Amino acid sequence: MQTALRTSLPETDLAGRASFAPHARVVREEHSAPATGLPLSIRGLRKSFGDNEVLRGIDLHIPAGQFVAIVGKSGCGKSTLLRLIAGLDKIDAGSISFGDQVQPEDIRVMFQEPRLLPWARVLANVEVGLGRDRASKDAHARAEQALIEVGLADKRDQWPSVLSGGQKQRVALGRALVSRPRVLAFDEPLGALDALTRISMQRLLERVWRDQGFTAILVTHDVAEAVALADRVLVIEEGRIAHDVTVNVPRPRERGSVELAGLEGSILSHLLSADDRT
Amino acid sequence: MSLIDSVSFPRSFRLPRVDSLVQWIVPLAIIVIWQIASITGFVPTRVLPAPSDVALAGWKLLLSGELLRNIWVSFWRASIGFLIGGSIGFAFGLANGLSQLSAKLTDTTLQMVRNVPHLALIPLVILWFGIDESAKLFLVALGVFFPIYLNTLHGIRTVDPQLIEMGRIYGMSDGELFRRVIFPGALPSIFVGIRFALGIMWLTLIVAETIAASSGLGYMAMQAREFMLIDVVVLSILIYALLGKLADSASRVLERLTLSWHPAFQKN
Repeated sequence: MQTALRTSLPETDLAGRASFAPHARVVREEHSAPATGLPLSIRGLRKSFGDNEVLRGIDLHIPAGQFVAIVGKSGCGKSTLLRLIAGLDKIDAGSISFGDQVQPEDIRVMFQEPRLLPWARVLANVEVGLGRDRASKDAHARAEQALIEVGLADKRDQWPSVLSGGQKQRVALGRALVSRPRVLAFDEPLGALDALTRISMQRLLERVWRDQGFTAILVTHDVAEAVALADRVLVIEEGRIAHDVTVNVPRPRERGSVELAGLEGSILSHLLSADDRT
Repeated sequence: MSLIDSVSFPRSFRLPRVDSLVQWIVPLAIIVIWQIASITGFVPTRVLPAPSDVALAGWKLLLSGELLRNIWVSFWRASIGFLIGGSIGFAFGLANGLSQLSAKLTDTTLQMVRNVPHLALIPLVILWFGIDESAKLFLVALGVFFPIYLNTLHGIRTVDPQLIEMGRIYGMSDGELFRRVIFPGALPSIFVGIRFALGIMWLTLIVAETIAASSGLGYMAMQAREFMLIDVVVLSILIYALLGKLADSASRVLERLTLSWHPAFQKN
């Protein structure tokens, strides 16, 4: 099991190949899910807000089903990159292409705030995530299934206002998962949670990613979180990808292990040395 | 032990009922003190008749059918005026909250009109409509329009933009976005407008009926003044107070039904 995982993990090898390469198939089997992830190619991506050029040419390939974390100082453009991938903002120059025909339901975003409708019960909030399938007959059943996946089946008839911060974020995750997305973008989804809730949410994210096999893109300012969850960590500085680090540690990963701590330290020193230069 | 149980058990059932009666202690006490003051001659009946006299006058008017007819006329004017002014205000609030063009076109005009006290229009309204129903309906509708317009507009403009973005990401059409996000988000503010409007509705109607009417509670009070029937005057005032309380309670019930998601309306 462990060795099999190891062979599948050198993601830098995978990065150059198309998703139908034998290697990629191994990855999918390891995630024990149908082939749902979408590969992602970004070429020469630029974005400015007024005179402020936030992204200055991003080139990136993410293979199907990979878990990528994007770290960087605040204002480096990491959230902007995520919003462009999710289609929330318009691209100035360059292109983002997915390996397949994309439906709106295929790409979902989870924000730092849960953004639940306070006037809808938990189950109805999850149903919102079905997109155009909201009116279908199995909407209830699918939403309930998503609630079970995030461990909140007993809260289906509650108002969001009675839930804790972590529970609200789990409902938001259920809403993002209910349409079985092929790309899931996380914009610091755990930033507002306390330390213990964070860790249990990180485990939940990792579990649903392994179950469903979507391509995950996580923007975070927490380097420890990035190395604990991701196959690959991208460090963004001044609108460009400054480092592309592969996390070659088998799962399930032990938090606080020497390997993870070493990686975290080297990424942090990259970020801090950039700080010294300015 | 068994005695304590049998005593404490029914008490837990009685408590909520006592709780809902508490609000009536002060009005009842005022009536009792007022009655005593009248009987002892501390308050001359020329100034203020005893509550028993007011009740007697009410009973006589009730028997003659005059009271119910006037209450019905006033109630009808209030509700029709409220419906007309309220729905126009709501429509403008929606239009200006949702469309920049509509807001640019009409908001400045409406804000100017708002600053004219609508009761100042009474002379003009009498010249236009005489003293028939349309004059009263016009004034009530005008008075009710602004609180509902302003609060609907405010409610729609202050809906959390993050929720609207969420709705768009999840593929809601414009209609669905309105039904699922914008309208429910604006509802608490709309209710504030409705409760303001209910107060203005009665105020406008009383003034309008007192000045120019041939039926209704205000007219009844003015007629009674002509004949020095002070008990009927006091009776009309008390009925206005009760009708106002009734309207407020009705809007509270509606609020509780539609805003049960709101933390402020949740028990515990």
